[in-house]
Amino acid sequence: MTDAKLSARNVSVFYGATRAIDDVSMDITRDEVVAFIGPSGCGKSTFLRTLNRMNDTVANARVEGTILLDGEDVYAPAMDVVELRARVGMVFQKPNPFAKSIYANVAYGPSIHGLARHRDDMDRIVEDALRRAGLWDEVKDRLDASGTTLSGGQQQRLCIARAIAVDPEVILMDEPCSALDPIATARIEELIHELRGRYAIVIVTHNMQQAARVSQRTAFFNLGRLVEFGATSDIFTNPVEERTKDYITGRYG
Amino acid sequence: MTTTGLLFTIVGLALIGWLSARMRAAAFRRPAIQRFGSLPVHHAWVVALWVLGPPLTFLVIWSLTSPALVTDRVLASPLAAALPASAFERASILSDARALAQGSGGVFHPAAVRLAPAYAAAQRHYDWLASAAALILALAGGVFAFVRVSPAFSARWRLENGVVLLLLAAALVAILTTAGIVGSLLYEAARFFAMVPAIDFLTGTRWSPQVIDPADPGASLGALPLFWGTFFIGAIIAMAVALPLGLMSAIYLGQYARPRTRAWAKPALEVLAGIPTVVYGYFAALSVAPRVRDLGLFLGIADASSESALAAGLVMGIMIVPFVSSTADDALRAVPAEMRDGSLALGATPSETIRHVLIPAALPGIAGGVLLAISRAIGETMIVVMAASGVATLTLDPFASTTTVTKQIVDLLTGEAEFDSAKTLAAFALGLVLFAATLLLNVVALVIVKRYREAYE
Repeated sequence: MTDAKLSARNVSVFYGATRAIDDVSMDITRDEVVAFIGPSGCGKSTFLRTLNRMNDTVANARVEGTILLDGEDVYAPAMDVVELRARVGMVFQKPNPFAKSIYANVAYGPSIHGLARHRDDMDRIVEDALRRAGLWDEVKDRLDASGTTLSGGQQQRLCIARAIAVDPEVILMDEPCSALDPIATARIEELIHELRGRYAIVIVTHNMQQAARVSQRTAFFNLGRLVEFGATSDIFTNPVEERTKDYITGRYG
Repeated sequence: MTTTGLLFTIVGLALIGWLSARMRAAAFRRPAIQRFGSLPVHHAWVVALWVLGPPLTFLVIWSLTSPALVTDRVLASPLAAALPASAFERASILSDARALAQGSGGVFHPAAVRLAPAYAAAQRHYDWLASAAALILALAGGVFAFVRVSPAFSARWRLENGVVLLLLAAALVAILTTAGIVGSLLYEAARFFAMVPAIDFLTGTRWSPQVIDPADPGASLGALPLFWGTFFIGAIIAMAVALPLGLMSAIYLGQYARPRTRAWAKPALEVLAGIPTVVYGYFAALSVAPRVRDLGLFLGIADASSESALAAGLVMGIMIVPFVSSTADDALRAVPAEMRDGSLALGATPSETIRHVLIPAALPGIAGGVLLAISRAIGETMIVVMAASGVATLTLDPFASTTTVTKQIVDLLTGEAEFDSAKTLAAFALGLVLFAATLLLNVVALVIVKRYREAYE
């Protein structure tokens, strides 16, 4: 597939001797939202974290197979992990703003990557990222306040703004709403709709309604294997695999 | 009866109480009675505590009050009429007489020799009274508790109360001792400030306690050079060494080192904290100081001293590296892992993450640890006693000889000292200032650390 943004081929991940991901292959295109669903411990978060090599920070993790970003091997020695992560941003389960001002939280990525030449450039980048994350109107008068003073939902949108600010091509979201209330969750989902098309988005979620609402394609993982991957409407209304059906209908997992 | 004999008797009584109460309680244990709240051993301990508690409490209080009672009795005797009127002279004769009555040797005031038999008699009188009272209390407590041994008596809970009292008493001992030390420090310092105006002491720049003009003691007891020297050595030079070394080693060990490296390197670093300060002292005096002086001479500083502030400060800095390092390590580890991941996921390198995210987030914890380290450094004595100078100079030159508060306290209190001269009492005033400074540092540090903990938990 030539239009694949991210492409995984026969990927297996081991933690020590334990196999967490077993021979997963999939393609993710540049203008879609893909949801990963599956029971706890099925490996969907692990797989997500191999896409931007966040598993490198786990001492005994080992990855087999290939992951290509625009055809470049993510795990090749020539791949600079700093550049990779700038291109593949990530939003975590728990909102994790830095102990800095709102402005500094967003400016952090652009400044370490040298994206802004002047203060004016930086102001523009920060405003742009906050606007796209739907947070600008709420925080424009208190950009100097600490990021930790925001509510949970605002913090999560700040983290999305922070990821957007380095202008990534892919955004990985690891259960971004699991620590948020329904209103904040709805706001994030709305945001995902707005961001769709501009970035390839991969979202891990435990909430199947959320997967159905935000994604075009859904991947069902179980026991480290990719059981089924297809159009979200098919997965939820007419799954091919029996296990998918059991999970969707709540009989399993 | 001697004190030891008395104590043995009381403990013996407690043992008897324990055994007899156990026997008495064991007799209740008939098969008919199924529910039995307290076991014989509980009854036994309640009785034993009743035997021990009252007389021991009494003896502790007595030991604090009896010297005054004895002295009063001696003063009331006709022999005491001949004592001089000066309160101070009288106190010194009395203390000689007490020493004599208790059988210590030495040279005594002639009046004390005359007074000694009266003193010994008074002492015997009160000792006898105290022993009798203690034994009566022990017996009374034992009988009171023994009579109450019955199936309905909830000895288990009484014992629980007794344990709580015991724990409370243990905590009180520590608190009261601290209060006593602070009290005596305040008292002696107040005597000092009655002789020397506080303003002279705190802001005067001439410190020469060896020669004190009785008319104006404040003129030669200006402690500002000491405060500066302490601050210069402990807070500036030592921190200039300890802060970068401690912080960087904490970052390496906590963030970069592999578990196996960390497993031996961290304890190795902490060994530094276990080296006796006297060893640091001669290391400073014998190894570091001469080299520092040579360096100073090499740099063209003519008055480079072999008792320089730099030598003492450098070694003190090494000494507190483990404190800075372990508090910094804790503070960095307390930063949530998600924050670190967030930075890495943006494409920051580990060192960028540490510099821009971890250290700012851990800063309050690190600052608290540094303040604690400073308070330790300025209270540190042995290194400066051995390596710093006795001469107080107000200087910014790290190669010049400098002295510290702790070093001067040692100098003031060693050798022949009279405990009513401005010179000796100055040690207490210095101690008070030092205490106040370290207390303040500790409180501020703990408040900072606590706030910071709350922010993440």
